[in-house]
Amino acid sequence: MPRLWRFSELIDTDVLAPGFYMKSPLPELASHCLEAIRPDFASTAGQGDIMLSGPNMGVGSSREQAAEVLKYLGVEAIIAPSFAGIFYRNAINLGLPAFTIPEASLEMPELEDGAEVRFDLDAAELTLVEHDITITLEPLPAFLKEMVLDGGLVPHLEKRFANAAAEKDII
Amino acid sequence: MKTLAHKLISVASGVPSIATGDIVICNVDLAMIHDSGGPRRVKPILERLNRSVWDKDKVVVVTDHYVPATNAETQAIQALTKEWVREQDIEKFYDEQGICHVVLPERGHLSPGKFCVGGDSHSPTGGAFGAYMFGIGATEMAGVLATGTIWIKVPETILIRWHNQLSPFVTAKDMMLATCRKIGMGGGRYQAIQFAGDAVRQLGMQDRMTLSNMAAELGAQAGLIAPDETTIDYIHKAGGIVPEDWRSYQIEAAETDDNLLSFDAAALAPQIAAPHSPANADDAEAFKNTRFDLAYIGACTGAKYVDLVAAASLLRGRRIAKGVTLKVAPASLNDQKRAEEEGIMQILQDAGAEFLGNSCGICAGYGDDRLSENQVCLSSTARNFKGRMGAASSAVYLASPYTVAASAIAGTMIDPRYVAEE
Repeated sequence: MPRLWRFSELIDTDVLAPGFYMKSPLPELASHCLEAIRPDFASTAGQGDIMLSGPNMGVGSSREQAAEVLKYLGVEAIIAPSFAGIFYRNAINLGLPAFTIPEASLEMPELEDGAEVRFDLDAAELTLVEHDITITLEPLPAFLKEMVLDGGLVPHLEKRFANAAAEKDII
Repeated sequence: MKTLAHKLISVASGVPSIATGDIVICNVDLAMIHDSGGPRRVKPILERLNRSVWDKDKVVVVTDHYVPATNAETQAIQALTKEWVREQDIEKFYDEQGICHVVLPERGHLSPGKFCVGGDSHSPTGGAFGAYMFGIGATEMAGVLATGTIWIKVPETILIRWHNQLSPFVTAKDMMLATCRKIGMGGGRYQAIQFAGDAVRQLGMQDRMTLSNMAAELGAQAGLIAPDETTIDYIHKAGGIVPEDWRSYQIEAAETDDNLLSFDAAALAPQIAAPHSPANADDAEAFKNTRFDLAYIGACTGAKYVDLVAAASLLRGRRIAKGVTLKVAPASLNDQKRAEEEGIMQILQDAGAEFLGNSCGICAGYGDDRLSENQVCLSSTARNFKGRMGAASSAVYLASPYTVAASAIAGTMIDPRYVAEE
């Protein structure tokens, strides 16, 4: 069962993708994800897990590997009261949906680290399975949602270029 | 057009009347990439999309992150970078000439009215020239290189006005640490920050670049400064082209009164930021007698020509204290050459400084030069996140080049004005 990873620390790009391993292939870089603050994260995160952090998640560098390693480790969506701008764009561009949640919601005792979760991307809903509580997240703007559903910017552009080429053929 | 950001985005998007919050598509005038987020990341994406760069004359490539390349992995990255530049026939390629944010204006590529993206988070530096410039990740950069366009949500403008004059030994870096202290790393809300006021007007371009550079640390998308004669002089000297209508970008306005921040430059003291956030800043006096091992003058933020001059003004005829190491990584080769010609490098060397290459160096933590376990560094760079510059147990304090140099002389952290008076 997918679980919730709850962080109270400021999550910057350098703890997500440490500089020293930036030259390494993605699997190795990912194995060092968050090791400075949560050494067990990279080895135990699994498919469908959801990450919840405090405000200004992803502050720092433009390195998109900060979002890419999370996706690689299986994280299905990231949730925070606010995101650093470049990190937010990177996550969406890589097909990792990023949702905002009111800061006051972080006070909910049920939103605890390790909680079993179910996530519905289309409805932008996070369900805490044990407590049967469903939290509705702020929906993505329509064109960003389309990009995420396409799998990110690259498949999205592939689709766009293919459509443009098809239109040309018709003309 | 109410704000400078509105004007710049209106020109780039071709949409005459834009409003804050609108999402528009902009034409990109310049895309800057470096060896880490650049060719090695965008090449496979462009191949998958079956596209070349949309306009090779609008692309600038700089190597600065994996410099010097000391092992097989980083040498392969540099080889790939060179090969891609050849393949795409890109002429604006600066190989080991210094850090991208410093090299770009130094070679005349920035001017008022341009809409630019950079594959690096300190890209707001370009805003010092009255251009709209912001940082993006590699996949988004590949999209720009394929299409020549990018979407943007028209930002609010937060106007930061610095009244009066800075005191001696108080710098642009102190202004930014004080701003981080006041509004925090999220205070920029991914909007456009614009710097204004007498104290900003009196700064030269490299100091203004320090302001715009650290707009990144405030979480802003851009860090703008309206152009004036200082801007135009710099661009002329750099061999750049000044647009005839540059005065039309002399706009200084905040979105609303709520978005106006005022500071008194005359009341500002040198600042130091404690680990692990630039927002942990306080007056240097509060850190008096704090011990450190390494004094570092480096990065696009803190090792430009003016920063080397500042450090040398205190180090002239003095030696660094026993037990302290001073490392200096001049931000560009041109800045280093100028400092050599003027005897600045000699002063630093005589004081006991060791020199690193013209690259991101320890600041990025990418290479062999990095902080070891429990090492404490006082640094003229922009960011002191946990583990960024090396071991997770290392600690980084941020300060101006004056404060770093003065503290290296004193052996513990100190307000540089004490050392200047001696």
